[in-house]
Amino acid sequence: MSAPLVVVKDLGVQFHGSRIASALNNVSFDLQPGEVLGLLGESGSGKSVTLRTLLRLHAPRTTRISGSIHVDGQDVLALQGRALDAYRGGVASMVFQEPGLAFDPVYTIGQQITEAIRAHEKISETSARAQALQMLERVQIPQARRRFDAYPHELSGGMRQRAMIALALACKPKLLLADEPTTALDATVQIQILLLLRELQRETGMAVIFVTHDIGAAVEVADRIAVMYAGRIVEDNTVAGIVQAPRHPYSAGLLASTVSAEHRGQPLVAIPGAPPNLAALPPGCSFAPRCTQASARCRSEIPPVLADGATRLACWHPLVPA
Amino acid sequence: MTSTIPATPDRGGPAQPLLIVRDLKKYFPVRRGVLERERKFVHAVDGVSFSITKGTTLGIVGESGCGKSTTARLIAKLMDPDSGTLIFDGEGVGEFRGLELKSFRQSLQMVFQDSFASLNPRLTIVETIAYGPKAHGLTTAEATERARALLARVGLEPDQFGSRYPHELSGGQRQRVNIARALAFNPRLVILDEAVAALDKSVQAQVLNLLQELKAEHQLTYLFISHDLHVVHYLCDEVMVMYLGQVVEIGPVEQIYGQAAHPYTRALLSAVPSTDPAHRTEKPPLAGDPPNPINPPPGCRFRDRCPHVEAVCAQSPALLPARNLPGHQVACHINDPQSGHSAIALEQAA
Repeated sequence: MSAPLVVVKDLGVQFHGSRIASALNNVSFDLQPGEVLGLLGESGSGKSVTLRTLLRLHAPRTTRISGSIHVDGQDVLALQGRALDAYRGGVASMVFQEPGLAFDPVYTIGQQITEAIRAHEKISETSARAQALQMLERVQIPQARRRFDAYPHELSGGMRQRAMIALALACKPKLLLADEPTTALDATVQIQILLLLRELQRETGMAVIFVTHDIGAAVEVADRIAVMYAGRIVEDNTVAGIVQAPRHPYSAGLLASTVSAEHRGQPLVAIPGAPPNLAALPPGCSFAPRCTQASARCRSEIPPVLADGATRLACWHPLVPA
Repeated sequence: MTSTIPATPDRGGPAQPLLIVRDLKKYFPVRRGVLERERKFVHAVDGVSFSITKGTTLGIVGESGCGKSTTARLIAKLMDPDSGTLIFDGEGVGEFRGLELKSFRQSLQMVFQDSFASLNPRLTIVETIAYGPKAHGLTTAEATERARALLARVGLEPDQFGSRYPHELSGGQRQRVNIARALAFNPRLVILDEAVAALDKSVQAQVLNLLQELKAEHQLTYLFISHDLHVVHYLCDEVMVMYLGQVVEIGPVEQIYGQAAHPYTRALLSAVPSTDPAHRTEKPPLAGDPPNPINPPPGCRFRDRCPHVEAVCAQSPALLPARNLPGHQVACHINDPQSGHSAIALEQAA
């Protein structure tokens, strides 16, 4: 296999405020060019922090980052000034959850995409505008020419998210970071955006890291799913592996507590308790206080992430697939 | 036995629906144009009628802007409808010689989506839960005792949590407090407006289990509003599907999920992401976003997005019984043999 596009090694992120919160702890993963990785987890699991760190979006004053990130051969944590500007948007680009907040309200959609293109390529205003219009057509915005001169508030939620994707892809990045891109959208629009992302990924061959809390959304777009809990990756496997034979008790619990029709009339299998406070993580496995399999070892020693072929797992007592 | 507010008695017997809603309407004015002269209206809720059987759960589903939350707020009398009547257990609400508003409000409680915004940040959670019963005539000691018992019931140890403020609790714990506060009135109908939508999956399952237990213990009736079709399928006995302020289909949950009769219901159900990696969704069931509910055109409001649109769809379809099944109603010309829609034969063969 070719060299991985993204190599994240022992990434740790701490936020220093009135308390110190460990948002990420020893997160490592690789991503091949053209691969789609789904980061699945609940709020506070560190999935969005991982994405934001990949784009260096955290305020340097209050954030301590350890470990290393290499994207396309560049040491992301060492990038400064113009090199960082060129990296953001040119190599890696992001689609945010709230397209209404991510756009500048006082410029038209077309102006913003044109500006992004001209910031990365030395081309004329006219050809940049033509490229921007082409991007809007590519994300299947109806009447793209008319929407080109529309302000963000004049577009519906689904249309704005399409425009956001057009903006992110305008400079042909090799890595697209999607932070819950469909969570704020309606059901019938969500599926359109998921399928659009899948189609664009196939066309361009870019790699995608897709963050979600919805297993369904991850299944629709991802090749591989990494399950995160309390700032750590606890299980990493193919989509089929995670969905059909989860080995970490948390992955299994998450799948079991996903409501479906077969459960009608019977209580759901719920994971007891709540996710831990990131400012006071337990000494051992962070899932141990909620785990039915937990032993004394789980409460005192952090389980290492062990690789077995393409799969990785961090658990002292993994479930045996039936 | 701790003293409680007595629940309003069951008057009509089991055959009397707990709540009948007739032709509920709410239009919000919006002003546009030069000197704001052009008056337009958002048809938030436009002629909604339904009833809820005692002891069951009715789910309302639909996309944002379809009027599901406005319907809930109108029923809870948080805003006044432009027209329409509410009949609670056989008595007209707020009418002359009908049910008084105060006892209606006690019989009906609501749990909202945002667990933090719906709690008073300056009251401890015991004070919050005891507030309502005190307003309805219990002494402070009685109300506090009741609040502590309810906290224990929803799974929060009163000695440990009772004196905390809302910001000291997690989202799941706060939603338990909101549920306890609703139960403090001994209500008969609880409106759950996206009550589990903001919770993480693992916590959501706990709260859903709690809701099921409480429903059985207190003989509650639920009106459950959600955009999560899995949760509605799991929890509800009947489902009402709304689109742009109108009911497009209503029926028993198995009918709606198994044999939906309205093209919009079918599209909504097939828009749920697949959880089977071998069978991913290949084609989105609908194109475009739900249209704007400001001054909608006459006729079927779904016709711009409907794959079966024909000339007859320019007239509004009536809500008619579907598939000869009691309780299953749908508003679509395909369902009406008199309408002359060409897909009728196809529909009857199905």
